[in-house]
Amino acid sequence: MRHSTIVFLKTLAWAACLGPFVWLVWCAVTNTLGPDPTATITFTTGLVTLRLLTISLAITPVRRLVPQLAWMVRFRRLVGLFVFFYATLHLMTWVALYTGFDPKAMSTDIVKRRYITAGMAAWLLLLPLAATSTNWAVRKLGGKRWSRLHKLVYVAAVCGVVHYWWQVKPGVLTPVTITVLLGILLLARPVLAYTQRRRSAAARVTAA
Amino acid sequence: MLIGKPSQFPSSSITPQRQYLSRRRFLRGAVSGVTAAGATVIGGDRLAQLFSPRTSVFADSKLTTVPSPLTTTGEQLTSYQDVTTFNNYYEFGVQKCQPAQNAGGLPTRPWSVNVEGLVKQPKTFDIEALLKLRPLEDRVYRHRCVEAWSMVIPWVGYSLSEFIKQCEPLSDAKYVQFLSYYDSSVEKWASESTIQWPYSEGLRMDEAMNPLTLLTFGVYGKILPNQNGAPIRIVVPWKYGFKSAKSIVKVRFLDRMPPTTWNEQAPNEYGFYSNVNPDVDHPRWSQKTERRIGLPFYAQRRTTLMFNGYGDEVAALYKGMDLRKDF
Repeated sequence: MRHSTIVFLKTLAWAACLGPFVWLVWCAVTNTLGPDPTATITFTTGLVTLRLLTISLAITPVRRLVPQLAWMVRFRRLVGLFVFFYATLHLMTWVALYTGFDPKAMSTDIVKRRYITAGMAAWLLLLPLAATSTNWAVRKLGGKRWSRLHKLVYVAAVCGVVHYWWQVKPGVLTPVTITVLLGILLLARPVLAYTQRRRSAAARVTAA
Repeated sequence: MLIGKPSQFPSSSITPQRQYLSRRRFLRGAVSGVTAAGATVIGGDRLAQLFSPRTSVFADSKLTTVPSPLTTTGEQLTSYQDVTTFNNYYEFGVQKCQPAQNAGGLPTRPWSVNVEGLVKQPKTFDIEALLKLRPLEDRVYRHRCVEAWSMVIPWVGYSLSEFIKQCEPLSDAKYVQFLSYYDSSVEKWASESTIQWPYSEGLRMDEAMNPLTLLTFGVYGKILPNQNGAPIRIVVPWKYGFKSAKSIVKVRFLDRMPPTTWNEQAPNEYGFYSNVNPDVDHPRWSQKTERRIGLPFYAQRRTTLMFNGYGDEVAALYKGMDLRKDF
């Protein structure tokens, strides 16, 4: 793929990822966040986090299945950092609009309310991934260690989905779609690894 | 800021709000204008229904009302727009905006309420008779949802006790149960959750007889929009919103506590009493504060009041009870 094409596509990806944030800011300024603006901000930032996380986790299985799409990996860091950006906004919404920056209210929430425990855990798991996203960090850590560290994203994804389920009322099924999608993407990894191992084993047998 | 007490003005003198559905109504009007000629040929009634659910004829109609001493003063009203587009009515979808979009098909006429159980004899009340049973009062109440948001709503109705007297319950009736309308062909969104329908709610007899408990027919001086529980609902202002059953078709008098929808769904989260109580947290969030609907995000939070501020009227009902246990 030509360099200029990549630059163009990256610009598009930036714009798309920033879209929800720009929309929220615009609505906040024009006072059109709806009847319950706090809930709109919370729900939007949370949902965008999970959606972008799903997209970032789709990149590896897709390029394994369709080698022509291997260039997509060049967008993984961009999307991943936006996951962290929206997760942080989501966290700040809780800190500012729910606890009113009160450390005691925050610690009570984290200890007492399991959906907040799970959400907090997800954000803490994303933090080292965002911190080691630079080329310098990859070099410093070494490729192997870096990719082992970044497997934490799977745990973060599970925490994020659990956080969503524990937040909705019992019996409400809104989180089903994102759960199924993330479930497929997480399961695809061992399945793809297994089939690939078999294929290479078969190739070795034929060669011998 | 409100200038003057709301109770001074009958709702008929409130300036009509911009009709929130005006856009759709305009479209419907335009379409029915074009088809008017055809309608007269093939049955206007049937065709008109296709373009505009029959209930919308009633929603928005003005009601004749009288002021009430039981109204809440000193609060800024939540706008008609927000009261009628931000609703929990899970039979029409689990998102707040869905009931306003989906409840158009609720057939609010003809409508009757069946009364059964521990009564002198079972009765059926027609909605038109219920509207005329007592003068309709304007009653502004704070409305506190268990999800920690709140509104201030000018309801129209009369005390439920007036209706209960007409039902002639027997002396061993200790509880009253309310069952909501349910038809899966109308409420196609009911399967978005795993709730067992119809929606059921209940009150202890003395709670139901408290004059604050309102049998409600309207809001903002007009007939209830469907998403707000048309054509008849109850409003229990000192309890979390889900206790105020909507679109009631059956009232049952019982000697024991009736099963209630949210209590069955999650007994640890939603008690039978569910009085507004800042000291008893919901397992998943604090109930100490609430978000007032319609304010900017930085101004929404406010302190939640015990019994939603109606302690003077209702605290005596719970004397000697441990409200942490009976939450």
